[in-house]
Amino acid sequence: MKKKNISKTSRNNLLNYLLVLVIFAVVQTLSSTGNLSNLLTGLLVPLCVYIIAAISLNLVVGFSGELSLGHAGFMCVGAFSSALFSNAMADLLPSVPRLIGAILVGALTAAVFGVIIGIPVLRLKGDYLAIVTLAFGEIIKNLINILYVGVDENGLHVATSSADLKLGEGGKQIIKGALGVSGTSALYKDIKNYFFLIGVILILITLFIVQNLVNSRSGRAIMSTRDNRIAAESVGINVTKYKLLAFTISAALAGVAGVLYAHNLAMLKVSTFDYNMSILILVYVVLGGIGSLRGSVIATIILYALPELLRGFSTYRMLIYAIVLIAMMLFNWAPAARNWRSRVLEKLKNRAPGKEAA
Amino acid sequence: MAMLEVTHLSISFGGLHAVDDFSVTVEEGQLYGLIGPNGAGKTTVFNLLTGVYKPDEGIIRLDGQDITGKKTIEINQAGIARTFQNIRLFGQMSVLDNVKVGMHNHNKYGTFTGILRLPKYYRVEKEMNEEAMRLLKVFELDQEADTLASNLPYGKQRKLEIARALATKPKLLLLDEPAAGMNPNETAELMKTIRFVREEFHMTILLIEHDMKLVSGICEKLTVLNFGRILTQGDTGLVLHDPEVIKAYLGE
Repeated sequence: MKKKNISKTSRNNLLNYLLVLVIFAVVQTLSSTGNLSNLLTGLLVPLCVYIIAAISLNLVVGFSGELSLGHAGFMCVGAFSSALFSNAMADLLPSVPRLIGAILVGALTAAVFGVIIGIPVLRLKGDYLAIVTLAFGEIIKNLINILYVGVDENGLHVATSSADLKLGEGGKQIIKGALGVSGTSALYKDIKNYFFLIGVILILITLFIVQNLVNSRSGRAIMSTRDNRIAAESVGINVTKYKLLAFTISAALAGVAGVLYAHNLAMLKVSTFDYNMSILILVYVVLGGIGSLRGSVIATIILYALPELLRGFSTYRMLIYAIVLIAMMLFNWAPAARNWRSRVLEKLKNRAPGKEAA
Repeated sequence: MAMLEVTHLSISFGGLHAVDDFSVTVEEGQLYGLIGPNGAGKTTVFNLLTGVYKPDEGIIRLDGQDITGKKTIEINQAGIARTFQNIRLFGQMSVLDNVKVGMHNHNKYGTFTGILRLPKYYRVEKEMNEEAMRLLKVFELDQEADTLASNLPYGKQRKLEIARALATKPKLLLLDEPAAGMNPNETAELMKTIRFVREEFHMTILLIEHDMKLVSGICEKLTVLNFGRILTQGDTGLVLHDPEVIKAYLGE
């Protein structure tokens, strides 16, 4: 009984890695045989970004049980801190170690923001928590909107307007307020073609971290605070600590998504990280099934690719998108659809006996 | 030395004296009952003992150690575990995982060990699984180890809650109306389980109960609460025949 349980969860985890690898292989074959349009190829890296963001948000929404609407804020922090790092280090480091450094900087900065925001926010519950995370997301966006950072021989200069920067001779502005950061992707011309591969590797690492966390002592503590806070305290679980742990790891991973996003763009603007982006990621998580990592991956792929694939329908595009959203929601959650699904699964199992027993 | 020693415990909510001057001494290995009509303050006493509320006055000593005013998780680590009147399990987790959450503070490894799956992870998890399965077997729940806790039948949920509490390796177990919602057969089985827990784990147990058959069947001593005050306390047989107690329960 016990042994089966362990192998079942690890089999499930392996299946998720396999799914990502299969999708990667399919996409690679399609693109190398020239079956992928330029437009679609351009969407691959952002797709990876959203998959990472969805998996990380699922850690908070699905496993820690708190509705967070500020996820884009952490992506924003990761994106800008890493773009700053990449630009500042442009002449000092070759591109591969620089990118690895940028990813670490983005993750760490987002994690720090996760702790700072998590401490006050996690004192709240339910709707209140959701509203406050939404507000923090917007605060981060607006702060970076007025942030000017430049670098010269004296080091970093930070100010709230271009004139206040007072850069020395030969200094350059990196973050230019509402204009954001430009030219980050140009720093990585030599490895630009591998960005999709890097994205897939980052997805695998994200899956690895979240899956292993969930199936460990800390993960069980996190889920116990979701299922029953009072009971968790009564058996000696430090609820605040584990909620904060989930929130921080989730923020760090969202930061990684932001790093990938920033380094894939020629022009990084803060206005993209608005609440629409947070809601979009939440939609992926909810429609993929709260607490289901595989669901998050699949839902993100379908829902991200869909608007692009529907371009042929021109004006009806968003209408069809909305219908698909509703259909997916019904398929996932309506009792009739769930019964139908379990009946089909049962039939498939009966048709292939022995396979399950092995 | 007494396992639990409570002296002059009081708490008021606004003008209401929910618990007023409550004292009790529970010896090691004793099965002690706390009874009283609805609203007498029994669960409030449990909440005071487990740190959910902070007492206005009074001292709580567990095995000689002063635990007055400590936080719930500190009190659990000091050695008090409890069950709840309305069952509080981790519904979306498996039966096995519910017990493993209970072992959280005894079988430790860090978050990074868990994420990176270092050798210690496998070693501690194996220990936890074996220990949890042993505990589940005692409560005849080992066949349902993989079931979601919320899918268990009512009686087994009660048992799982006791198993989870025991997984924290307490010195004192508090049971809040363990027989609530049970039929006579289930209650009889529960009595056996509680006795068994005491023998097997050498546990001191303090329980709240309305079911007089259960109380008179297993408790050695009783305290009767009414309107937050102690009406009477002493040996079970004597207390249950006290006219004051009968009056409190049945009216004049």
